[in-house]
Amino acid sequence: MSTETPTTPTPPAVDPRLLVRKEGLAGYLDEFGRKVRSGELGSLPVVVGLIIIAAVFQWKTGHFLNADNVTNITKWIAGPGLIATGVVFVLLLGEIDLSLGSVAGATAAISSVLAVRQGVNEWLAVLIGIAAAVALGALHGFFFSKIGVPALLVTLAGMLAWSGLQNLVIGKLGTVNNLNDGVIANLDTYFLGDGDILWAWLAAILSIALFAAGQLLDARRRTAAGLPARPIAEIAMRTGVLAVIVLVVAYVLNQDRGLPLPLVLFVGIVAITDFVLRRTGYGRQIFAVGGGIEAARRAGINVAWVRTSVYMISAGLAGLGGLFIASQQGSADKGLGGANMLMNAIAAAVIGGTSLFGGRGKTWSALLGILVIQSITTGLDMVGAEQAIQYMITGAVLLAAVVLDSVSRRTQKSNGRG
Amino acid sequence: MTGAPVLALRGVSKRFGAVQALTDVQLEVHAGEVVALVGDNGAGKSTLVKTIAGVHPIDEGVIEWEGKPVSIGRPHDAQALGIATVYQDLALCDNLDVVGNLFLGRELKRFGTLDEVAMEKRARELLDTLSIRIPSVRIPIAGLSGGQRQVVAIARALVGDPKIVILDEPTAALGVEQTAQVLDLVERLRERGLGVILISHNMADVKAVADTVAVLRLGRNNGSFEVATTSHEEIISAITGATDNAVTRRQARIAEDAK
Repeated sequence: MSTETPTTPTPPAVDPRLLVRKEGLAGYLDEFGRKVRSGELGSLPVVVGLIIIAAVFQWKTGHFLNADNVTNITKWIAGPGLIATGVVFVLLLGEIDLSLGSVAGATAAISSVLAVRQGVNEWLAVLIGIAAAVALGALHGFFFSKIGVPALLVTLAGMLAWSGLQNLVIGKLGTVNNLNDGVIANLDTYFLGDGDILWAWLAAILSIALFAAGQLLDARRRTAAGLPARPIAEIAMRTGVLAVIVLVVAYVLNQDRGLPLPLVLFVGIVAITDFVLRRTGYGRQIFAVGGGIEAARRAGINVAWVRTSVYMISAGLAGLGGLFIASQQGSADKGLGGANMLMNAIAAAVIGGTSLFGGRGKTWSALLGILVIQSITTGLDMVGAEQAIQYMITGAVLLAAVVLDSVSRRTQKSNGRG
Repeated sequence: MTGAPVLALRGVSKRFGAVQALTDVQLEVHAGEVVALVGDNGAGKSTLVKTIAGVHPIDEGVIEWEGKPVSIGRPHDAQALGIATVYQDLALCDNLDVVGNLFLGRELKRFGTLDEVAMEKRARELLDTLSIRIPSVRIPIAGLSGGQRQVVAIARALVGDPKIVILDEPTAALGVEQTAQVLDLVERLRERGLGVILISHNMADVKAVADTVAVLRLGRNNGSFEVATTSHEEIISAITGATDNAVTRRQARIAEDAK
């Protein structure tokens, strides 16, 4: 048969099955809807959850969204939030770290005892405490990545051992009160410019400007390189949403005592770690190890070092978080970092959208997740609910988050995006 | 083929304990040549490839690179020479996008941070020159089909500008269309002047793209054929050893006597 067969010398540039996004706002909404349906929920559930929580408690108490309460929440999230940021790092590897609560406690104990009882310079004491935390993390990392003990067991041993270390350091004298107006005490209590409203506005405008500039520069470089870039309308919309959130927060904070130092440090650290994870070669290595160890190894990545260093980072962040908690409760004691502090931190990371299965997540999820947990805790305190009820509700929220993670993972798989 | 081979194995042997996996194996790969390496399971194909890729150092023999003897003791040595290997299990990170996987381990940097724009640009250029069609270079690997993953894995091997590419069963798990795409890609590698070592069980694929077929049997060379002048059956019989048994020896003897 010599019928004219159509020759296809060059394949079409774009796969005809590929959905091409429409221009403009309609296209944006269209794609958003498609992403939600295919399980790429991102931070949508947690944002919706936060709005519901805030609305319910505002309705029940009438003063949940008052300036002083919002300010308190932003102060309280710093300590557990930093531990949650550390949890995000280990979750990105697909691993777990059960020792972070004890590490936080041990760090606070070491720094406080050095500064208060031994008379060491307080800055130096803080540095020694965090260095100790990093060393403990290195120890976990060594046993996990070099010896090959499962991370769950290494850090379980760490949880027991460092809790013991914490008790040992604190000693028979018990609670160590923070130095009056010292470094550790100020971590929680200081407000930038002693409550000058300028600072909150400045920080808000600076963050909006940085975000917009970053997005615009990126879009310009991509256009110059002939790559598809975000349309200006979308950048404007994203910047607008961020601006509304940041400016409202700044306004509310200024109604009370101004911009709290713990909020600035926490958000700053989240932003920096996010940059490290998404924009540096080291961050890419962490994602690679979390996504496929064999692939990472063959690409020449030092898997053992990535693992060890991630445990060092998470322990260091937990140590810093411990200092914030000590600052907030006014003292370092034997119970710091105990109880369900660690579980809250892990819950926060997962609620915020970091996957338990490794390779997917952002440090921003620590911020969002801990906001949810702190809002629930504070709200339930305000309506006078018992501790028992609080635990049960937090547990239910965590379960909901994990179910969402699993379901969205399955939906993504069936939509070819696992 | 003209000129010295890019890669030549001379009398290579490899033992694992009591098992003699390779005995006195010869292999030559020229620039712009596709050498199919065929043989039954356990014939030593994978071992041979691993010695070239530096996973298993050789015990005896010489590996020559562009005419000079070299020692390949670890994977890094092979990569430094310009040997890229695409293993059967691909080794891609599911959670990273195509660009991230292509440049994994050798990311382009700008002021110490990842230069996503430059990487995406080069990724598109690379995929375009190979006529690889992928919905988007920003899609996670998990969202690609088996054939698309295979071509990404091959493209990934090319990022380091190698001279020899080793493909381990690239079409084993692919459908008709995807197999054709991968074979097209192999031909494009040849056009670019790369030497390709193709391991395959599929005779149709071998006949379609290979210039030379090197047959391994029980760890030894069992013939090297020009694909253009060799029949399917000859290759099969070399693989299975059907040319070397009592019947064929007798027939050969009778033919000798008849002369």
